[in-house]
Amino acid sequence: MNFSEGFKLSGLLCKFSPDGKRLASCVQYRLIVRDVNTLQILQLYTCLDQIQYVEWSSDSLFILCAMYKRGIVQVWSLEQPDWHCKIDEGSAGLVASCWSPDGRHILNTTEFHLRITVWSLCTKSVSYIKYPKACQQGIAFTKDGHYMALAERRDCKDFISLFVCSDWQLLRHFDTETQDLAGIEWAPNGCVLAVWDTCLEYKILLYSLDGRLLSTYRAYEWSLGIKSIAWSPSSQFLAIGSYDEKVRILNHVTWKKITEFEHPPIIANPKIIVYKEVEKSATVETQKLSFPPTRALASSLFSIPSKYDVSQVPMSLQYIKPVADRANPRIGIGTLAFSPDNCFLATKNDNTPNAIWIWDIQKLKLFVVLEQLCTINSFQWDPRQPRLAICTGNSKVYLWSPAGCVSVQVPMEGDFQVLSLCWHSGGDSMALLSKDNFCLCYLEREESNIHVLCKQSRHERKVVSLEMK
Amino acid sequence: MGDWKTITVPAPSSVLDSKNTSQYTSEKKMSPSSLNMQQVLRLPLPSSKSTHSFFSAFCTEENVEQSISYLNRELTTLGFPSLYAESKGKELNLISILNCMNELLVLQRKNLRAQEEVEMQHLKLGSDMDHLQNCYAKLKEQLEASKREIVGLQERDRQLQCKNRNLHQLLKNEKDEVQKLQNIIASRATQYNHDMKRKEREYNKLKERLHQLVMNKKDKKIAMEVLNYVGRVDGKRGGWRTDKTEARNEEEMYKALLRDYEQCQKQLLVENAELRKVLQQMKKEIISLLPPQKQKPRERSEDGIGPVLSDLEDDVGELNKENMWELSCETVREQLTNSIRNQWRMLKNHVEKLDNQVSRVHSGALTDKDVISREDHELETEKLELEIQHCKEMIKTQQQLLQQQLMSPCDDDTTVLLQDCYLLEERERLQEEWKLFREQKKNFEKERRSFTEAAIRLGLERQAFEEDRGTWLKQQFLSMTCDSKYSENVKTQSATSGSSDQDNHLMNTRSQQKKPRSLSSVPTSAELCQTIQDTPYSSSPCAISNKTTEESKPNQWEEIYKEETEKCFKM
Repeated sequence: MNFSEGFKLSGLLCKFSPDGKRLASCVQYRLIVRDVNTLQILQLYTCLDQIQYVEWSSDSLFILCAMYKRGIVQVWSLEQPDWHCKIDEGSAGLVASCWSPDGRHILNTTEFHLRITVWSLCTKSVSYIKYPKACQQGIAFTKDGHYMALAERRDCKDFISLFVCSDWQLLRHFDTETQDLAGIEWAPNGCVLAVWDTCLEYKILLYSLDGRLLSTYRAYEWSLGIKSIAWSPSSQFLAIGSYDEKVRILNHVTWKKITEFEHPPIIANPKIIVYKEVEKSATVETQKLSFPPTRALASSLFSIPSKYDVSQVPMSLQYIKPVADRANPRIGIGTLAFSPDNCFLATKNDNTPNAIWIWDIQKLKLFVVLEQLCTINSFQWDPRQPRLAICTGNSKVYLWSPAGCVSVQVPMEGDFQVLSLCWHSGGDSMALLSKDNFCLCYLEREESNIHVLCKQSRHERKVVSLEMK
Repeated sequence: MGDWKTITVPAPSSVLDSKNTSQYTSEKKMSPSSLNMQQVLRLPLPSSKSTHSFFSAFCTEENVEQSISYLNRELTTLGFPSLYAESKGKELNLISILNCMNELLVLQRKNLRAQEEVEMQHLKLGSDMDHLQNCYAKLKEQLEASKREIVGLQERDRQLQCKNRNLHQLLKNEKDEVQKLQNIIASRATQYNHDMKRKEREYNKLKERLHQLVMNKKDKKIAMEVLNYVGRVDGKRGGWRTDKTEARNEEEMYKALLRDYEQCQKQLLVENAELRKVLQQMKKEIISLLPPQKQKPRERSEDGIGPVLSDLEDDVGELNKENMWELSCETVREQLTNSIRNQWRMLKNHVEKLDNQVSRVHSGALTDKDVISREDHELETEKLELEIQHCKEMIKTQQQLLQQQLMSPCDDDTTVLLQDCYLLEERERLQEEWKLFREQKKNFEKERRSFTEAAIRLGLERQAFEEDRGTWLKQQFLSMTCDSKYSENVKTQSATSGSSDQDNHLMNTRSQQKKPRSLSSVPTSAELCQTIQDTPYSSSPCAISNKTTEESKPNQWEEIYKEETEKCFKM
């Protein structure tokens, strides 16, 4: 495992181009595009204000930088460095901006969700879409980029509009049986749209591309409902994480529940492997980690290497009792993601913020639980293989694969707390982002610089620590 | 009875004393309590004197006639024959007097006995009464205790019922609460929705207004500055939006959908084919597993599913097997499922049979293994059985002994006692008493033997005495033949007067003397007969001889003896 040197970064804005050749990163109002392999600066663009959002076009030829404060979007071309485009939303304001899948249109959402403006880079035409709904996830494009689904709100009713992205023609428009639609998500095959209701009600609706309601699923009533959903890459499963700390998995044939994954704070099944991150030096054992970890503590942890131990089950996870009388309680399944090969599902229960649960989808069983020392900031699957990268806001990056898991110290000078990470599309490197810096982490076949390797064979469950230098 | 005597006795004296009698009668009339008082007052006077003097006070030289007439009256009223020889004459009939006296004495004795019996009975009844009273008290206590218990239980029951009711009430309250809360939630939800809608409408209005304000104004700023327009990704130019494009879009959408469904179907087909393959394989394997049993069930179920199967087999035979599998029409499917089910059933039966066999073999093996232990077991059981037999015998002998013990003193009383449901302790006590009694009896028998011996001796002595007296009387008779008549009169007089007193006294003393003896020693009838026989034999020759000469004295003797014997009999 190799690490690049650190580079400056602001606003955690660092993105690999879809073709995997370039890397865009922002430092204040500057946009820097590097070559992924050499990390040499290819282009340097200067925007009008501090960049708040960056997005590559699908063909990796253009890059948009949004400055919401100013209501401006600036677009740069990689091919023609002197080409420039500036979109000003004026007094309407700007809250969101994104590329259309064809990479030639930009969709700007104005303040108060008054409308969505579709700017074309090819023609002078400007389209407006009225009544977009302000919600968790109101716009969804199919994976092939042909269609866009948009959640709308008119006369206190929710509607879905399906657009053909090529000419922005309205294909279907239908109302949904939702109280207050919270989000929409296309299945990867682009034929089924999942629509879920507000968290006050557990309700998920499945629509076909032609607007037919395929199925409705309600697990329970009178209680906080869906918090997050995820389609499996094969479109075969729909995983629904909810506030009752459970993940329910629906199948794509009958749209009925296949199974239910509970997230109890006590793990009793001896077949489940629990990896617990422990500090390598015994002296720090007394310092119990507080939640959330203070800066001082985090910096003190900075140099302390850690490793994974296989815990003896039954064991209990660190559990946070949610505050009941406040909105958006820290409870339930907040994040969940399928591995690219459909074999695993990683979930995070917000009451046990230090733990990641990895489920075996083939057996529909809990497989592994990782308990970290700190709160998990984000996790992401390797786009090529079942390998999960986790960061917890400290100077380490954690990797899990069915073979075992490792804790890797990022060899950066100074305070480098990995707050976020993103994989390269090729799956052999990833960008680790801290508040002010970022670096690339290259994963090779011969993992040479791993501090601690915790190898585990499924049958023996032996911890083997390898010091490789 | 004894009290009565003392009361009745002064009556004749009061009769004699006219003053007294009047007083007595007047007093008698007054009240029984006063009479009692009188008695109490009067009684100390006679009691201070001896009974003998008291009797003599009743009959003095002066009032012999009166007392006789009084006695006569009294006796006649009691149903005895008159004391006088004739109904109106003043001559006393000695025989009847004696008879009366005897009868009175007999009566007296009878009464005494009856009194004793009654007293005994009274005692018995008293003890019974006590026992019953104890029982009653105990039962009453029990009743009270049970009543208390019942009350307690009822109280507990009531409390529990109360609790139950409370709990029911609580449950109902909770249910109501739940219902209420649900209603509240529902109403809140509707209210919330309503409010939301209202707010949203307002918000929409504002939005609309804002939209108008912001958008309608020719905002110069809302614009896109672009150096030059770029080409499309596909390199084509954007077409106009027409019906044609719309139709094309629709078409493409349906195409996409179709593609998806086709893919889906393909997957399903692949899955189906795989499953079919597995099914086919399974079927083949099942068939190969069941060659011997295949025939029997088919023959058995010739009329049932057999034909279908055979038909199917025929079909299979005719058609290419592969083709048959590809058929998916209803009929073939049904046949297939039927045949599979049948074969499965057969396989199941077979497996069950095998299982049974295996289990049987297993159990057989188990028994083989257990042989040694079983032998041990049998040996042990034999031992135990022997022990049991031994014990049983012991018990039997013990029982026999016990029964013998119980049966040996099996008299009427004991049977009665046994019949009475006495407790074991009482029985034991009684047995102990029996032992004592038997010892006493032995002693008494000894005593009686000595007595009989003494009686025999007495008889011999009396014989000698009689002989002496006979000789003496002969001499007397021979010496004083002249004034025999006078002497006879005197003798009779003295005999009547003296005997009435003396004999009475004698008899009393004798009876008193004899009483304890007769009570304590209970001679058997045979022995008694012997003694009686002994005595007459010894006395009869002389009595017969005496009768001719003198009747009074032997008669007296005889009377005494008779009485004695009677006494003996009655006791």
